[in-house]
Amino acid sequence: MAQPATGLPLSGFSGPDAPAEADLYRCVHCGLCLSSCPTYVETALEMESPRGRIALMKAVNEGRVEISPRIVSHWEACLQCRACEAVCPSGVPYGRIMEHTRAQVKAAGLQSKELRRVSRFFLQTTLTHPWKLRLGAHLIRIYQRLGIQKLLRLSHLLYLLPGGIAKLESNLPPMGRKFFGPSATVHPAQGEKKMTVALLSGCVMPLMQGPTMEATVRVLTRNGCDVVVPKGQGCCGALNAHAGDLFNARKMARTNIDALMAAGVERIVTSSAGCGSTMKEYADLLKDDPEYSAKAARFGEMTQDVTELLVGLPFQAPTATVNRKVTYQDPCHLAHAQRITAAPRTILNSIPGLELVEMENSGLCCGGAGIYSTTQPALSQRLLKRKMDSIDATGTHEIITANPGCMLQVEQGLKARKMPGRVRHVVDILDEAYGLE
Amino acid sequence: MEFKKFLTGLQGIVGEANVVFHHDDLLVFEYDGSVDRGLPYAVVFPASTDEVSRVIALAYGAGVPMVGRGTGTGLSGGAIAPPGAIQIAFPRMNHILEVDTENRLALVEPGVINLNLDTHVRKFGLRYAPDPSSQRACSLGGNIAENAGGPHCLAYGTTTNHVLGMEVVLETGEVVNLGSLARETVGYDLRGVFTGSEGTFGIATKIAVRLLPVPESVRTFLGIFPDVESACTAVSAIIENGIVPAALEMIDALTIQAVQKVSDAGYPDDAGAVLLIELEGLQNEVDEIGAEVEAALWDTGATQVRAAESAEEREQLWAGRKGALGALGSIAPNYFLVDGVVPRTKLAQVLGQVAEVSKKYDIPIANVFHAGDGNLHPCLLFDERQPGALDNIVAAGAEVLRICVDAGGTLTGEHGVGLEKKEQMPLVFSEEDMAAMISVRDAFAPDNALNPGKIFPDGVQHTHSAHPAAPGMTV
Repeated sequence: MAQPATGLPLSGFSGPDAPAEADLYRCVHCGLCLSSCPTYVETALEMESPRGRIALMKAVNEGRVEISPRIVSHWEACLQCRACEAVCPSGVPYGRIMEHTRAQVKAAGLQSKELRRVSRFFLQTTLTHPWKLRLGAHLIRIYQRLGIQKLLRLSHLLYLLPGGIAKLESNLPPMGRKFFGPSATVHPAQGEKKMTVALLSGCVMPLMQGPTMEATVRVLTRNGCDVVVPKGQGCCGALNAHAGDLFNARKMARTNIDALMAAGVERIVTSSAGCGSTMKEYADLLKDDPEYSAKAARFGEMTQDVTELLVGLPFQAPTATVNRKVTYQDPCHLAHAQRITAAPRTILNSIPGLELVEMENSGLCCGGAGIYSTTQPALSQRLLKRKMDSIDATGTHEIITANPGCMLQVEQGLKARKMPGRVRHVVDILDEAYGLE
Repeated sequence: MEFKKFLTGLQGIVGEANVVFHHDDLLVFEYDGSVDRGLPYAVVFPASTDEVSRVIALAYGAGVPMVGRGTGTGLSGGAIAPPGAIQIAFPRMNHILEVDTENRLALVEPGVINLNLDTHVRKFGLRYAPDPSSQRACSLGGNIAENAGGPHCLAYGTTTNHVLGMEVVLETGEVVNLGSLARETVGYDLRGVFTGSEGTFGIATKIAVRLLPVPESVRTFLGIFPDVESACTAVSAIIENGIVPAALEMIDALTIQAVQKVSDAGYPDDAGAVLLIELEGLQNEVDEIGAEVEAALWDTGATQVRAAESAEEREQLWAGRKGALGALGSIAPNYFLVDGVVPRTKLAQVLGQVAEVSKKYDIPIANVFHAGDGNLHPCLLFDERQPGALDNIVAAGAEVLRICVDAGGTLTGEHGVGLEKKEQMPLVFSEEDMAAMISVRDAFAPDNALNPGKIFPDGVQHTHSAHPAAPGMTV
C-alpha cells in the first residue's frame, strides 16, 4: 500500500508524528546520559550523544537550523539502545523521541542511502509480509545446504560479483535446520495448569533460532503454561518503528493485537527482548487510533518477556547440574527499555553447578541493534570489538543473552575472532538443565 | 588572519578529524548544564600537552579567545564559548596516567571522568572524595576549573583540598607546573589559586590528586520531615552535637515530587522535606554516632527515620539525590540554579524568604541542597520559550542571591561565578576587591585571552543567540 505523502518542509518538525515538545523539552541538558551512551563512549563526540542529538532536535524544532544530511547522520548513528533513558534523571522518553524524529526525516526524504535501501528492501516489503520472509529464508537455506555457498567461496567466483553482493553474501546468516512458526496446535501445560499464554513467533527468530523458540515452548509448558502460537500474527514492527516507518509499524501492531489477544489468553509472551519492548509500547504507537488505542494498552499490560514471566510464575528451579561457566550479556531492550536485569540472572543462578561470571559493561550495546549492523557497519564493529574484549576477560566463551539480535551479533564476533564458544538464550540453557533431569 | 587559514593551522596540529567547525555540529557545543548559550567558532580536541600548547599559541597569536571544555555539565556557564572563541575539549586526554597507592595519589589527564577515577582507585581500596552530583559525566579538568564540590565535601572539603599539583598551559602556550606531589607547598600556593579560577588563568593538562582510603563502614539515614523548618532544626541539632557527617543533604517537597515522578528513590511522595545523612568511619564509631543521629532526627520532629539496609538501598537513596536536578525536567523544561551559601543557622529563615520570592515572581522554586555546609541550591523553574521568562528568572535569581548575602552568606558554594552570577559580584565585592582579583589573573594571563567575559560584571546579559565572530577575524 502506498504511504500517505506528507510533503514536510525541511525546517521544523510538523504533522501528527512530530516529536512532542513535552518530550523534547524534558531534557535539561544535564549531561548525565553521556557516559551510558555507547556511541559517545566510543567516539567521545557530543554530536554522537543523546544530549547532543536532542539539542539538534530542539534546534530543528525551533527553526534555528534545517534538517541536514549532517544532522541526520548523527541521529542515524544512534543505536536506539535506550541506555540513556534508563539513567536519565529527567525521565526523557528518548526512544519515542528518536522514533518520531526518524519519522520526520523519512517523511522529508532525508534518510541516508543505507537506511533507505534497508527500508525499501527489508522493512517495508519483507517484514510486513511474513510469507516473503519465510520464502527468502527457504531459498537462503537451500543455497547454504546444497553446498553452493562452499563451492562459490572456494572458487573465489564471488569476487566476480559486484562488491555489494559479495559482501552481502558473506553476511548471510546461517539459517536454522528447522523453522518455527505459528500453528493451530495448543502445547499443553505439564502438571497443574497455571495459565494460557500466547507466544509471539516473530520474524527472524523462528527462522534462524528455531530451536530457541522450541525451547521457549518447552520451558513454558514445563512450568504450567498452555502455550499457543496463534496464526495470523506477524513481525512485531519494532524495526519499522525504530527506523521511523510508523505507518507500517502501526499496521503490524494492529495485526498482532488481533491475532494474539485471543479468547482465554492471559499473557502474551516473547523470547525476544526487542519485540517485547515494542509490544509493551503499542499503546504509544496507537494512541491516536480510536479503534485500537484501548486494546493496545491492554495488550501492553499483558505482554511479558519470557524471563519476566518465568520468574513471576514462579518457575521450577532445575535439579540437574550443569557444571559450566557462562557470562550474561544484557540485551539493551530488556535492560534499558524494559528495565529487566534481575530475572534472567535469577534463572541462570537457579541452575545447579552453573557459574555466572559477570562481564564488564554488560549493558553497553554490542552494536547489533536491529538493522544497525547493516546501516552503520563501522560503529557497529567497534562496539562489537569492545563487547568481545569484555567477554574475553570473563574467561568463558559461552555467552547467554535474551534477544535474537544480540545472539547474531555476538556469534559474528566469535566467528570473526575464530573463537570457540557459543551464544545461547536464557531459555536454551534452562531447557538444557530440565532435559538432564 | 583569515578563518580558513587559522582552521588549517588547528587541523595541522591536532589532525583534521579533531577540529569541529561545521555550524550544524557546533550547535551541540553551545550549551553546558546551565541556561547560557554561546556558539563556539570551532572546537578542538588535542591529544597531548604539546598539542594543547601549540593550539593555544596559535589562537593567541591570531587574537582568538579560548575556553577549555570538559563534558559540558557545569552550572554557571563556565565552559560556554565567549564571543568568537574556540573551545578546547579533552575527550582524547582521558587517561589515568598513574596511581601511586603507597603515597595515595593519582596523576590524571583533564578529560578523565570523576566517577571513572573513583571507580578505578577503589580497586586499590582508595577513593577520590569530591563527588559532584554530575560525577558520572563531569571531568577532572572542569572540576579543577570550578573548584567543584559535592555532597561528601562536607567532611572532606571541595576539589581544592584534593589537588596536589598540575601542569598548566598559559595563554601564550607556555607550559608551567604548579604545586608539587607533596602535601605542602613552598612559597605561594599557586595550585590553590589556580583551582577555581574558572578557566581564566590557564588550561590544566595534567593533574595530581590526593586519594583517601575507603572507610571501613558507611551508614546512610533518611530522615522524613513534615516541613522544611523542622528539617533545618534537625541539621542544626546534628552539627551542634559535634557530629560531622560525611554528607548531610536536604530535599524539599517539590523536588521529592519530581524525583519520585521519574523513578522510585524511596522518598515518601507526601513528605515536606527529607534529609539524607551519611556517616563514614570505623564500624564502632559509625554505630555510636548513628544512634546519636537517629535520636537527633526523632527529637526534631522526624515522622520517620530509615537506615539503608543494603548497598542497593543506599544507592537508591543517593540516586534520587544525585538525579534530583535532572528530575526537575519532569516539572519544567528549564531550571536556573542559584548556588548561594548561607550560615547554617540561617537556613530556615533564608528558605522562608526564598519562598516569598517564589510567590512574588510567580516562579516555582525547588530546593535540593548541601544543608550541612549551608550551600543552598534553590532551583527556579521556567520555560525558556516563554517570552520574557529568562529575564524574570534572572531578576528573581538575583534577589535570592541578595537574600543569601544579606544573611551573611555568599554567591557560590561550588558551581563558580561564570556568566551566571557575574553581575551579582558587586553584592559581595567592592571595585577594589575585583581589581585585586584581576591583578592576580594578570599574573597568569595578562591578555585575558582565556575565557574572557566571565566572573566579573560587564553588563552583558544572558543571550540565546549565536555570538559574533572574533574581532579581527574574517570568515
